Amino acid sequence: MVNSSSISRRGFTTGLLATTSVVALAPTGAMALTAQQASSLVAEVVAEITSIINSGQSESRMLNRFERVFKRYANTTVIAFRCLGADARRASNSQKRAFVQAFEGYIARKYGRRFREFIGGRIDVQNVRQVKSWFEVNARTQLQGSAPFSVDFLVKEGGGRNLFFDMLIEGISLTRVEREEIGAMLDSRGGDLDRLISDLRSAG
Amino acid sequence: MKFFATLMAVGFLSACSQQGDGSGHRDPNEDVNRRTHAFNVAVDRNLYAPASNAYGKGLSRNTRRGIGRAASNFALPGRVVNNLLQLDLEGAARNSFRFLINSTLGFGGLGDPAGNDFGLEEETTDFGETLYKWGFGEGRYVELPFVGPSTERHTVGRVVDLFTNPLGYALDAPENLLSPTSQVLAKVGSRYEYAATIDALLYESEDSYAQARNLYLQQRRYELGVDVSVEETDEIDALFEELYGE
Repeated sequence: MVNSSSISRRGFTTGLLATTSVVALAPTGAMALTAQQASSLVAEVVAEITSIINSGQSESRMLNRFERVFKRYANTTVIAFRCLGADARRASNSQKRAFVQAFEGYIARKYGRRFREFIGGRIDVQNVRQVKSWFEVNARTQLQGSAPFSVDFLVKEGGGRNLFFDMLIEGISLTRVEREEIGAMLDSRGGDLDRLISDLRSAG
Repeated sequence: MKFFATLMAVGFLSACSQQGDGSGHRDPNEDVNRRTHAFNVAVDRNLYAPASNAYGKGLSRNTRRGIGRAASNFALPGRVVNNLLQLDLEGAARNSFRFLINSTLGFGGLGDPAGNDFGLEEETTDFGETLYKWGFGEGRYVELPFVGPSTERHTVGRVVDLFTNPLGYALDAPENLLSPTSQVLAKVGSRYEYAATIDALLYESEDSYAQARNLYLQQRRYELGVDVSVEETDEIDALFEELYGE
């Protein structure tokens, strides 16, 4: 009884969302994310990253810490699913879980290595604005001897947690880049998702 | 030459549709573009990368930066022309003052007192952006030999910009060689500066052609201030709804 009423409510809400996208923009009650919360979340992320890049630790230690920050503050499910694109639809639940997990490590290694170039630098939150149904928090790097650049974190509430679901460096989105990359990797493996997952575990 | 450029511009522009700026890509000539890409990668591997490496190792970082700044400075009068064509009077004023200050106090643009002491950062723009502001669509994606990724609209912009810089008309030989020479050196310097990123793109990505196209289009749309596309917004909202919807 309870079940059937929740199912019909779900159908009703989905129908509403499909017809009027305005509803999607409206705050979803008490859990709605505020600009202030989005901005503090990103402030925590950049403080963690700054602390890692200036820690003077070994690369493997830094990569481990990056992976933990990524898992804690990023919506890795959304990022991974978006990168898998339409191929996510034909994946089984266990494949999806395995993919998200392999993807987390791959991203942390691939981008964590690049963050090493920023040793001695700083990242500061500049401002936050609402874009569509999420918040875009802009940060700027202060690097030794190189021009500052802009890093945008896109933050949105999902399942009761406020997390960032994309990061853009000078307008280049991690998700869009990795969607292209994952798509090409899947193509070159003849669409074999299991092979992709096992290769991702050591890639990056 | 100018007549030729105009003809080319008109031909290309009629091909640029009014739609186009958004997400994804329009690349009906992918086969040709992929061949050009293979050529460009070979040029990079055999010529450009080694040359930039020698340049980077041979000159100090400060010297390279100075040359890069001088190249940007030489480009400023052309940017002012485009600011004006876009009716961006503030940008035109800022770039003009920047040019005056850096050409004098900054020793021909080698230094950047305008940015450091007057808060006049460079407002980059080009004729491709002017066309965007005028309402022309980005057109098809195209990879140009030696130059790299572009769109039809950006390609027209690049050709026209060969003629929009008043400095090109104001200077006589051999001073008129300063600007193009510095532009080439600045490009070589950038290849060295961003070597890790460019190497990763060209030599480590699974499909460097597709990734170069993807990166270029994202970067260019960001530069022009193109809004997030409706398709991408819908895709994000639909995924959140699917995962977390009540």
